[in-house]
Amino acid sequence: MNFEEHAAKPLLTAAGIAVPESRLARTADGAAKAAQDLGAVVVKAQVPAGKRGKAGGIKTADSPEEAKAAAEKILRLEIAGHAVEKILVEGRSDIKREFYAAVLNDPATKGPLVMFSTEGGVAEKKPNSIQQAKVDIRQGFGPQDAQEMLEGLDLGGARDGIADVLVKLYAIYRENDAELLEINPLVVTGSSGVVALDCKFVIDDSAIKLHQELAATGTPDKLTELEARGEEAGIKYIELDGDVGVLANGAGLTMTTMDVIRHHGGRPANFCEIGGEAYTKARTALEMVLDKPGVRSLVVNFCGAFARCEVMMDGLLNAWDEISPDLPVFFSVAGTGDEEAIKMLKDRLGADPLSDMDAACKAAVDAAQEEKKGGNGG
Amino acid sequence: MIIVRRQHRVLIQGITGKQGTFWTERMQEYGTNVVGGVNPKKAGTTHCGVPVYASAVEAMKETSFDVSVLFIPPLGVKDAALDAIEAGARNICILTEHIPVQDVMYIMAAQGAETDITGPNTAGSVTVGESFMGFMPAFNERIFNHGTVGVISRSGSLGTLMCQNIVSAGFGQSAFLGIGGDPIIGTTTREALEALDNDQGTEAVVIVGEIGGAMEEEAAEYAAGMDKPVIAFIAGGAAPVGKKMGHAGAIVVGNRGTYESKQKALQAAGVTVLATPSDVGGALKERLGS
Repeated sequence: MNFEEHAAKPLLTAAGIAVPESRLARTADGAAKAAQDLGAVVVKAQVPAGKRGKAGGIKTADSPEEAKAAAEKILRLEIAGHAVEKILVEGRSDIKREFYAAVLNDPATKGPLVMFSTEGGVAEKKPNSIQQAKVDIRQGFGPQDAQEMLEGLDLGGARDGIADVLVKLYAIYRENDAELLEINPLVVTGSSGVVALDCKFVIDDSAIKLHQELAATGTPDKLTELEARGEEAGIKYIELDGDVGVLANGAGLTMTTMDVIRHHGGRPANFCEIGGEAYTKARTALEMVLDKPGVRSLVVNFCGAFARCEVMMDGLLNAWDEISPDLPVFFSVAGTGDEEAIKMLKDRLGADPLSDMDAACKAAVDAAQEEKKGGNGG
Repeated sequence: MIIVRRQHRVLIQGITGKQGTFWTERMQEYGTNVVGGVNPKKAGTTHCGVPVYASAVEAMKETSFDVSVLFIPPLGVKDAALDAIEAGARNICILTEHIPVQDVMYIMAAQGAETDITGPNTAGSVTVGESFMGFMPAFNERIFNHGTVGVISRSGSLGTLMCQNIVSAGFGQSAFLGIGGDPIIGTTTREALEALDNDQGTEAVVIVGEIGGAMEEEAAEYAAGMDKPVIAFIAGGAAPVGKKMGHAGAIVVGNRGTYESKQKALQAAGVTVLATPSDVGGALKERLGS
């Protein structure tokens, strides 16, 4: 889960990393009032996305009037699909230098990676300007590690301050199960203070249950109505723009069902997975797949391993009886419990599965195209 | 990584739970050499016909196990895996999904030179006709049949489908190595490929990959130097950018982890890249002769 700047910065403050004084506002008048208190300010769109500056979401203002005008413009923006509803009004810093600092989960080294660059800000960093320190998570990252990492860099009087920030940044990363914690830019001010002007924090989704109070301040993924229904029901559902509905078990198989639909010239309408212990949710899953506007046909693809085919099929057929959907459906059934599931399908729906998933996907693509021609696109 | 044989001694951590019990029984029926289980609260009892120990360290003293399979909920995995590492397990198979990533990194840091970690978020592995670990339908003859094709998969469901396609095309498997769908896992595609390259019973390898990460690209580097034919299918070509497709590891970020990047690297290494899993039979006939 992502955190917007205003929700991420309190983590820095609590750990003793300096950030400029700021106020969160939701209106242009609120921004003007904040600027009255803070003097020269930066007005920043609060969205869970990068490149806000390029999108026009960050503006400076020297007076409350200017802050109000800037806020009015920013509040009309949509950045990376997010309508701007909140702005952070922040006291302007006397910037001498801009750096970059981050800690992240690194799949290559299978451990935490601390990163620092003397080239902060929005400019593309030259690869050789980035210092990287692999961390043994059992040992942690201390002052000496930070000093070693910064060795040889021209940092003036800010060296110890930066080392201190890196150590604190790592501690925040560990305590809050961050996937990514980034300060860009980390600036040195006229008085040689080291200040974090921005902060990006992404929490590991698998650790949210350990940090519920903190997670309440994060920004959940922007979900469509159907996706939100899926999340509530504990079913992974992703809405797509096609017309062939997909209901399968397991992430890999569901993804592949989408691929094979595309391979045969069709467009998947969704990703929807009912695996293993989610079998009792077949009804909800089927409803969601069918409720997507414009679905013209359906592929049901079961390949039982941990999830047993006959259990999934039973759940699906119960739901089918109740809903009685009026659209063509094509089955592919294999793996644990397949024989029983195929018998069930024949007895209760009078249908046979196709020879393999390619045949099922191709038939569904053809049926969707037929329906489209026939004008049954509802 | 090791390919688990009938003589390898297997410990089940979390043996007394519902899934632990069900799959331990399936493993025993298949021939997996289960020598004990772990549950601190039920130490000293017998479950599924084998002794239950308080810890993997205790179990090691009496059973000299080689491999431990973890049927443990997400927040308990770190302690269970550290216990197995301390005990000196050669391989630890972690099936659990949704383990906090920093716990996974802690396990990886602690693993040491003697221990391999497989997973997390793997369905397990099958050495056809000898032994299986985890929750794969090893006992289903339409999915697993003894032969010479080694299979590596990040996904249990898709790996199962690929195995069924291999059998229905008239081929069989030497071993199925599930490596897991998480972004940070122990055994990589490349390491699994090396194990199958060195396995005398394997004549060809099928890689079932996914979008996300760089493991297929790394495996391609190794495949370029192999004599055995390698065939691959990469799931997720139709997936939208920036969305996690069910598996935490299956996400395309910018240009990293894309289908095109993996396809290009594999093809350049002489790997046959399949358009759909149903094409595996034809590709095997072409590369192995039928």
